[in-house]
Amino acid sequence: MVEIKGLKIYYKTLRGDAKALDDVTFTINDREILGIAGESGCGKSTLGNSLILLKPPMKYVSGEVRLNGERLPIDNTVEMRKYRYKKIYLIPQYAMDALNPTRKIGGIIKDLVGQHRVKYEEIEGRLHERLRMVKLPKDILNMYPFELSGGMKQRLVLVISTLLNPDLLIADEVTSALDVSSQKAVSLMFKEFRDREIVNSIIFITHDIAVLYQIADRIVIMYAGKVVEIGPTEEIMANPLHPYTKALIKSLPNAGIRHTKEKLEGIPGHPPNLINPPAGCRFRDRCPLADENCLEEPPLAEINKGQYVACWKVKDL
Amino acid sequence: MIKAKDLTKVFNSGLLLSKNIITAVDEVNFEIGRGEILALVGESGSGKSTIGKMMLKLLKPSGGQILLEDKDIFSISNNKEFYSRVQGIFQDPYSSFNPIFKVNRIFKLVRQSFKKEISISEWNDRVEEVLKKVGLNAGDVLNKYIHQLSGGQLQRLLIARALLMDVEVLVADEITSMLDASTRVDVLEALLSLKEIGASILFVTHDLSQAYYISDKIVVLYKGSVVESGSIEKVFSNPMHPYTRMLLDSIPQLDRKWEEDRISVEDFDKSRAAWKEGLCKYIDRCSLADVNCMRPKLKLVEEDHYVACVKI
Ligand SMILES: Nc1ncnc2c1ncn2[C@@H]1O[C@H](COP(=O)(O)OP(=O)(O)OP(=O)(O)O)[C@@H](O)[C@H]1O
Ligand SMILES: Nc1ncnc2c1ncn2[C@@H]1O[C@H](COP(=O)(O)OP(=O)(O)OP(=O)(O)O)[C@@H](O)[C@H]1O
Ligand code: SF4
Ligand SMILES: [Mg+2]
Ligand SMILES: [Mg+2]
Repeated sequence: MVEIKGLKIYYKTLRGDAKALDDVTFTINDREILGIAGESGCGKSTLGNSLILLKPPMKYVSGEVRLNGERLPIDNTVEMRKYRYKKIYLIPQYAMDALNPTRKIGGIIKDLVGQHRVKYEEIEGRLHERLRMVKLPKDILNMYPFELSGGMKQRLVLVISTLLNPDLLIADEVTSALDVSSQKAVSLMFKEFRDREIVNSIIFITHDIAVLYQIADRIVIMYAGKVVEIGPTEEIMANPLHPYTKALIKSLPNAGIRHTKEKLEGIPGHPPNLINPPAGCRFRDRCPLADENCLEEPPLAEINKGQYVACWKVKDL
Repeated sequence: MIKAKDLTKVFNSGLLLSKNIITAVDEVNFEIGRGEILALVGESGSGKSTIGKMMLKLLKPSGGQILLEDKDIFSISNNKEFYSRVQGIFQDPYSSFNPIFKVNRIFKLVRQSFKKEISISEWNDRVEEVLKKVGLNAGDVLNKYIHQLSGGQLQRLLIARALLMDVEVLVADEITSMLDASTRVDVLEALLSLKEIGASILFVTHDLSQAYYISDKIVVLYKGSVVESGSIEKVFSNPMHPYTRMLLDSIPQLDRKWEEDRISVEDFDKSRAAWKEGLCKYIDRCSLADVNCMRPKLKLVEEDHYVACVKI
């Protein structure tokens, strides 16, 4: 189990701190796939990155993260080395393009485990078995990354990142560049790795709610550095409560619409500036329900069983 | 107007001795008129980016031509002129820029390189207006460094840049794939405003609903070959190639869960070993395949609609 409590991670900039994660609290249960969705720039990648490596200008402000009860030293990059890869691993956004093009895949894997002081021979058997699970042949180890299609690369990245059976795997937009059929195959393989307890829990970050609907157990919706709603996937999809969640789900495109016949509508307005975010609810100036109460910050409160929402108006609905 | 004629790209991935030849793009033809959007759809590795890179002169074709107003783009030796007319935006937007650039510097450079005739104050107004069009707030982004923007913010910034340059051709390679639904709508609208000013747009995507929403024409690629193409209305209302049909069937739905027993992935061994020169490239995944499936040619099946499958 991973507990994130009151986590604040800011980016230092010349004009002040960008409050990219501002008091974020939620738990990831054992054997769970927790989806994180939200508008571009809302802090999804910041959340994933901060659990692995706080690179400047990212800075830890307050809050804590516990893994199976043990407090993680996320503010100490050296101490975190004990946990990185072995207990927690992140597949970064654009990981697929980041594989070293001049090195064969087997070599890339050797380098990676070597960096974490694990002998390649120790994990070789497991590597072969896992490649079989994702339907890739052993020969792939003698190939270069550019010889693989995107779907194959993402399956490979899944294998590489779980070789040491981490407790928590964070996947940042891993299916976003794939065509629909590979997207399905890759997502279901992540699920299978969880089902077989190769990883204990998964944080699956994506802007693609349709994919989350397919594989996530619960969904966290973020807006401008805050969690605005958390709940079981079915509830979030069928009965979203926060005005932002509602708008987000409404803006999903339906297959079969042409711009000449019907205009898709986004959510009007911009997310707030994170350096000087407005007081109160951060969705305020885009929210159709906002009134003077919203000048105060709404707490994340349990509205239905397991469904938490941060909005003053939600009880009136 | 831009046109691909029998466009082909062969990679010899064998570093030195191995004979690993990949025909990434195999005799592809299409034409994008003024103010037209052509969707280039296909799975990962099908050759979409390779086509885009050739249109941007980042890669040389192994065969065939790309014609910009009937002139082979590789005969245009003045690159500055070429890139003032043809621009690209990519999947990973960070790769396009030096990360230590500030956003306002990018726009300054565009003016200095391509639009010197516009006064600074007018330029600044235009920048602000165009940023608004793509859903960005000038005050928020202009003073930031590239690496301080999220992926989605940067994608929209790049469209704004193309709008400011009045490009004739834009290659947009998976530019909406990292965006949430609402931001994506803004980006698609931004592309439509570029279409309105007469640009020809190659919209590379793996997302069929987006392709349908904004495009006029479509080319469906499989392993470098066109399997189906034509007017988007025709292809969507009457998809004929088994691959196009499968893609249309696997769009994730909000009211229907995936059936887990039906994970179909490309079978690597089969596609490498079993495939022989002269057979249809889709044979290892195709439900209709039999021994007669020799390499098909594109056939006209109705006006403005072509399919390459011997079973049709
Ligand atoms: N190095 C940085 N310096 C300053 N601000 C930053 C930096 N990196 C990110 N930010 C800001 O932090 C916020 C969160 O960014 P983040 O990358 O976490 O968003 P995201 O939700 O992952 O977006 P996307 O869906 O586009 O990937 C954004 O507003 C971004 O501008
Ligand atoms: N520089 C290169 N050397 C060798 N092979 C390459 C090179 N670049 C691309 N390829 C191969 O060419 C094929 C087409 O690649 P391309 O990147 O064009 O596909 P794509 O359709 O854009 O895929 P994606 O959706 O993953 O972006 C792939 O098999 C790829 O591995
Ligand atoms: S708290 Fe107010 S502004 Fe925020 S979402 Fe609820 S109603 Fe809208
Ligand atoms: Mg991100
Ligand atoms: Mg590509």
